[in-house]
Amino acid sequence: MPNNGMSDSAMDEIRQIFEAECGDGLNVIEAGLLALKSGDNNLDTINDIFRGAHSIKGGAATFGYTDIAEFTHVMETLLDKVRSAELTVSPPLVKVFLESVDCLRAMVEAMNGGSYDKAKTERVKADLASWLEKVPGTDSALNRQETGAEPRISSPGLSCWDIHFSPKRSFLLTGNQPQHIFRALAELGEVSLQANYSNFPQFRKYRPEEMYLSWDIELKADVTREQILDEFDWVESECIIQVTEKNVPQIGPHDRRVADRRSEVDESDRRKQHRRTGKKDSGSIRVDIDKIDVLLNLVGEMVINQSMLNQFTSHNRGEGSAGASAELDQSLSLLERTTRELQEAVMNIRMLPVSTIFNRYPRLVYDLSSKLDKKVALKISGENTELDKTVLEKIGDPLLHLIRNSLDHGIESPGERLAAGKEETGIIHLSASHEGGSVVIRVSDDGAGLNTEKIHRKAIEKGLIADDEILSEQQTNDLVFRAGFSTADVVTDVSGRGVGMDVVRSNIEDIGGRVEVRSEPGKGSTFQITLPLTLAILDGQLIRVASEVYVIPLLSIVETVQVDMDKLNIISGNEIVYRLRGEVIPIIDMRVLYSISGVEALHSYENKQLVIVESGRKSIGLVVDALLDQHQVVIKSLETNFVKIPGILGATILGDGTVSLIVDVTTLASSTSNERGNRVEH
Amino acid sequence: MSQVLIVDDSHSIRALLSSVLEKAGFEVTSANDGKAGLKAARTTSYDLVITDVNMPEMDGIELLRNLRGLPEYSFKPILILTTEFSQEMKQKGKDAGATGWLVKPFDPEKLINVISRILH
Amino acid sequence: MSNTENGNEELNQYLTFVLNDEEYGVPILTVRGIQGWEKTTPIPNSPDYVMGIINLRGEVVPIVDLRKRFGLEVIPYGAHTVIIVVRIGESNKQRTVGLVVDAVADVHDIKAEDIRNTPEFGENDNSDFVKGLGLVAEKMIIILEIDQLVDWQNVPGGNTQIKTVDATEGCAENEFTDTQAA
Repeated sequence: MPNNGMSDSAMDEIRQIFEAECGDGLNVIEAGLLALKSGDNNLDTINDIFRGAHSIKGGAATFGYTDIAEFTHVMETLLDKVRSAELTVSPPLVKVFLESVDCLRAMVEAMNGGSYDKAKTERVKADLASWLEKVPGTDSALNRQETGAEPRISSPGLSCWDIHFSPKRSFLLTGNQPQHIFRALAELGEVSLQANYSNFPQFRKYRPEEMYLSWDIELKADVTREQILDEFDWVESECIIQVTEKNVPQIGPHDRRVADRRSEVDESDRRKQHRRTGKKDSGSIRVDIDKIDVLLNLVGEMVINQSMLNQFTSHNRGEGSAGASAELDQSLSLLERTTRELQEAVMNIRMLPVSTIFNRYPRLVYDLSSKLDKKVALKISGENTELDKTVLEKIGDPLLHLIRNSLDHGIESPGERLAAGKEETGIIHLSASHEGGSVVIRVSDDGAGLNTEKIHRKAIEKGLIADDEILSEQQTNDLVFRAGFSTADVVTDVSGRGVGMDVVRSNIEDIGGRVEVRSEPGKGSTFQITLPLTLAILDGQLIRVASEVYVIPLLSIVETVQVDMDKLNIISGNEIVYRLRGEVIPIIDMRVLYSISGVEALHSYENKQLVIVESGRKSIGLVVDALLDQHQVVIKSLETNFVKIPGILGATILGDGTVSLIVDVTTLASSTSNERGNRVEH
Repeated sequence: MSQVLIVDDSHSIRALLSSVLEKAGFEVTSANDGKAGLKAARTTSYDLVITDVNMPEMDGIELLRNLRGLPEYSFKPILILTTEFSQEMKQKGKDAGATGWLVKPFDPEKLINVISRILH
Repeated sequence: MSNTENGNEELNQYLTFVLNDEEYGVPILTVRGIQGWEKTTPIPNSPDYVMGIINLRGEVVPIVDLRKRFGLEVIPYGAHTVIIVVRIGESNKQRTVGLVVDAVADVHDIKAEDIRNTPEFGENDNSDFVKGLGLVAEKMIIILEIDQLVDWQNVPGGNTQIKTVDATEGCAENEFTDTQAA
């Protein structure tokens, strides 16, 4: 594909835009197809689908992806029949269109140099074609679209042509000017003009917007008559042209007068009726996410600098008049407000609505429910809730698995549902909302719910718990997130393979979130995912350990208590636990946690603080010297200039300019231990 | 420098056309549908308008008619850029007042040629 | 000015510093700045020559003690200690790192032809770090291969360990009996 005279990188960028456009277009087509119910020809929806296919075809042709253009052309032709009501919408028709979308998706992905299933594409294309044949009156529907070029006859060599060009009065109204044509002819060869003023009216009657002149043109060029007439293609209905070859025995002057071309198809004003509704292109631009990250970094530094300024002034107070101090305070507080607003505004740029991933699921549910012979409806709410782009990207797969799980294990077959007194069609509800500084996404179904007994049994079987261990219902249900757990008797093709709930949980925890399940037997289950709004900052609790300051993410802190020596216990193997309201929590001396040279373990925990944190569903107590203040910290990655260190989430710069490490609470509890009470060292 | 207005709902086509035209020395403005195109044309007097046909809000044909209704654009060259071009389409374009048409896929060199003739 | 050595006429500028009475050099273009010592925040799970991280105008930068890295005797830090901040690595992954040295020496122009290959020297085989020996007015400058100063592959899993605990869940209080460590 030629680069149109542009640099490779410029063309690549444009191709990428096209690729993204195709992706969006295919999503629109798919959404439209799913929305069409049998027999319901909603014109707006059909038009959206048609326009989507048409756009992709046009772009593909322009950028040289002929296979996509050809495929889409067939699709578009068939869609046109639907649009003109010559073909009614029916489930098998929708199915073949959905298959076409799949083929196109594969072809679009292959634009980057991969490959796609050609056999499948040919089959679907043939399917589309056979549908077309069923439509009465379809003759040349699959003919190649007309291009502007007409067949050329080989050039006879340099010839001399006489061209008489006589424009109509209204010639100029189409924006054409004779000069355009003269220039065009001049490119073919040598041109000499002779203007004819004979039709020029008297001054009084002269109207400047009308054309009164005609021309006799002599052209010496190595061209055919067709090539000359081509140049008049645009204006053929606006003028009279006579082209004769000089020095050639005349058979007779050839007129090319435009015949009245009446369209054979009745061009109704259908198009006028079909106004496109819905989302319109709202003036946006695509920005490289790296640029946004640079911006975010700078703003992050501003926040740090501003808090350093705050700290400095508060330490150096008292050295100036009270009035100046008050003014300074005012300015600083204004600065702080502005900085925070700027930070929020910039973080907002990275926010995208969850609909961008929620949009995938209707199709999944449609496909999967057919496959499983179940009737399932997917309800979506809160799709405009916004999340940070990176968090959004990483939540897609876990959500996918949860929905598959609901489809596979949650919702019962129609027969079972009816027997249980439920509606035949099961409902999966996917929702998102902002709740208290986090985003909560819920996947709930009205299916059979978790079988607590079965889970308990399996867990004992797999050695995940001891058979005498007593767990609450909630704790038992939570076992589904343990590694190696699957209650499926038969590993179904759908959700059993590879990915397990433990991966879902760890993926969610990787982005700083939490996932829990609540269930009612016979009624259904709800998986609740709590996510941080952003990955760049977090609310932290500063703590002091010896002479170092660390930050613990506030989200992970359950509570903090002053150590009560009576509640400490040492159990087998030097492990220390703390008894808190009936629960026994293992505790770690933070001095030992990161075993930094020169810092010794505590001899006594007296007067120390205990920070109880949640790691997965486990609670752990961290022994620290003191609790300092809480505030928002900007997370600086260690990977920028160093490497990722397990156990460390990142670093942050405190108000006094020093660097503080942020504790990665999720890695504190090992999930690979087999025996209770034993420590597993890495 | 000649000013060209491009109206097309496809971002990639707009990007491609802008690139090609700017490289050839034209000043390019783009709009993403007929309505936006009409608004732009009202604000600035362009030397040439190139518009797609199938667009939301206002299609190319209607844009064409509206433009021709503006005194400023009665005699300006307005080209239609579109995929298939049947005779009926050509006629419809003509009836609406199109100066000419360009078919996708287009040869950029040819495109520049044609435009250069018009915007000499 | 390029940093590659093609042709003997190539002249490159080096910033030189003193470490244990030897003079070392790094390409001037890699130097981002020079500053005094400041307290570092120690990082667990890292080699002993990485002292920790500091805040460099909002950026988190690791500090490498070159004496430790080269196996030399460590001296206490003080007001005289200097940190040279350099940018190391290739264009696809560049890192900013601070190097603790005894003192900054000078800036020298050294021709490529004046740089010799290193013979093996000392019982500490630090030859990986040395690009060559540069001759400047009868002085020998040890030109460092700064990209080798930190072995990034082997950083985590250094001396220190992150402890983990087997978190027992939901066990009732009365299940435990106090046992003292043996």
